[in-house]
Amino acid sequence: MKRRAFLAGVGGAMAVPLLPGAALAQANPVEAQLRTLAQGAPVKKGRVHLELPQLADNGNSVAMKVSVESPMTAADHVKAIHLYSDRNPVTHMATFHLGPRAGKAEVSSRVRLAGSQRVTAVAQMSDGSFWSDTAEVVVTLSACLDES
Amino acid sequence: MAARIQIPKQAKRGEVIEVRIVIQHAMETGYRHDDVGHLIKRNVINTFSCRYNGSEVFRADLSSGISANPYLQFHTVAEASGEFEFYWIDDEGMQGSERQSIVVTP
Amino acid sequence: MRRGRAAALLVLVCAAASAQERAVPLDQLKSGSAFLGQDLRTLQADEFANPGMLWVERGEKLWSEPAGAANRSCAGCHQGASMRGVAARYPKIDAASGKLLNLEGRINLCRTGRMGAQALRSESEDLLALTAFVARQSRGMPMGVAIDGPARAHLGAGRAFYFQRRGQLNLTCAHCHDENWGKRLLAETITQGHPNAWPAYRLEWQTMGSLERRLRACLSGIRAEMLPYGAPELLDLELFLAWRAQGLAVEAPGVRR
Repeated sequence: MKRRAFLAGVGGAMAVPLLPGAALAQANPVEAQLRTLAQGAPVKKGRVHLELPQLADNGNSVAMKVSVESPMTAADHVKAIHLYSDRNPVTHMATFHLGPRAGKAEVSSRVRLAGSQRVTAVAQMSDGSFWSDTAEVVVTLSACLDES
Repeated sequence: MAARIQIPKQAKRGEVIEVRIVIQHAMETGYRHDDVGHLIKRNVINTFSCRYNGSEVFRADLSSGISANPYLQFHTVAEASGEFEFYWIDDEGMQGSERQSIVVTP
Repeated sequence: MRRGRAAALLVLVCAAASAQERAVPLDQLKSGSAFLGQDLRTLQADEFANPGMLWVERGEKLWSEPAGAANRSCAGCHQGASMRGVAARYPKIDAASGKLLNLEGRINLCRTGRMGAQALRSESEDLLALTAFVARQSRGMPMGVAIDGPARAHLGAGRAFYFQRRGQLNLTCAHCHDENWGKRLLAETITQGHPNAWPAYRLEWQTMGSLERRLRACLSGIRAEMLPYGAPELLDLELFLAWRAQGLAVEAPGVRR
């Protein structure tokens, strides 16, 4: 009886997730990476659609899909899509190099998320412009220690 | 390195096709410890590229932020019958490759 | 003191056996995938992207590779016969030896007994691959193990294990999986603990693993003394779990947290 109540109590206390905004105010590592990438050009919000589940069962593998509105012609296309994490030990998660032969600016993969965080996707266009989108993910941890 | 590829066997010229690949690789982050507490060295697939009839149509720079047994899905325009070649290399220099043919109808 | 505790356990087990043959009613049986988020459920159902399929494909190759002194392959004896339905009936008593075997044990018995090959180590890539390949062929089929004859004793031992408190947390399997399934343990939803999706790609391990490994993970979770791979208690428990999951569709290769 006592144990069950204890477990339920702990469960209740842990039910409130720590959102990125509630974390300590630290220099955002993503901003530093974006400055290096854009070299002074503005990184505008829009044209990019980053999809991640709002709640991830496990941070080891989370479905990620990023798509960019672009005609993908030789004259106007997405050169690359960059992915950044504001909490992982390695901020720059991946870069996907596209081009007019892609036909469609859409890439899917599965990513590692070291805890609840905000992921940022930046599209680097052929005309030199940068567009971005972000997604917030709550990542739940395993309840039990596994030493199997 | 084992890998599974999914591309349509056949497509129409100009059609945007979906390419899917999953590669068996631990994508060791370099942050894990073994049973006796030693740090397991980082080793991830850092570059992946896809060539279609000899020209690169997709390339990915990957880090430890990509999950183990990496999955990639991207697109390309079906232009001519021929071959898709996939290459990847990890931090230890181990290379992997796969190929698959496609028939493109006019 | 000890006799009193043993008597109490006996009463508990008998009570469980007679009054509660099935703690989770058949119409309430839910696979572990019912407790996963949409992302992982989709991943499991995706024939291509399910990471477990890497092992299934490897298993398919191994199936046709001759091995051992007899230079036979699995395919050589099984002559192109499908393994459909096989995994759904394991663990099972081997008629010849009278031993209880799970799928891994069956594969190894074939290798040592009929191929003159060495047994594959637990959790080895090859054993996981072959198990995944065979289990996948029962996908969608309802689990149904035989519990008559010599299996009865194993079922009883497995059931006793299931209802026995253990570990520093002093919990039985039933505490979580019969009495508290659907409720939260920290941020995780407790499942009913069914074995129908194994071997499975477990995100926590970032690789494929057997049911036995998953049971060992539970033991470490409740801070119990770890049982070695091949422990008869774990095999008996596998039989009890398979019986308890009777009717649930096989989902191997599963994807789990």
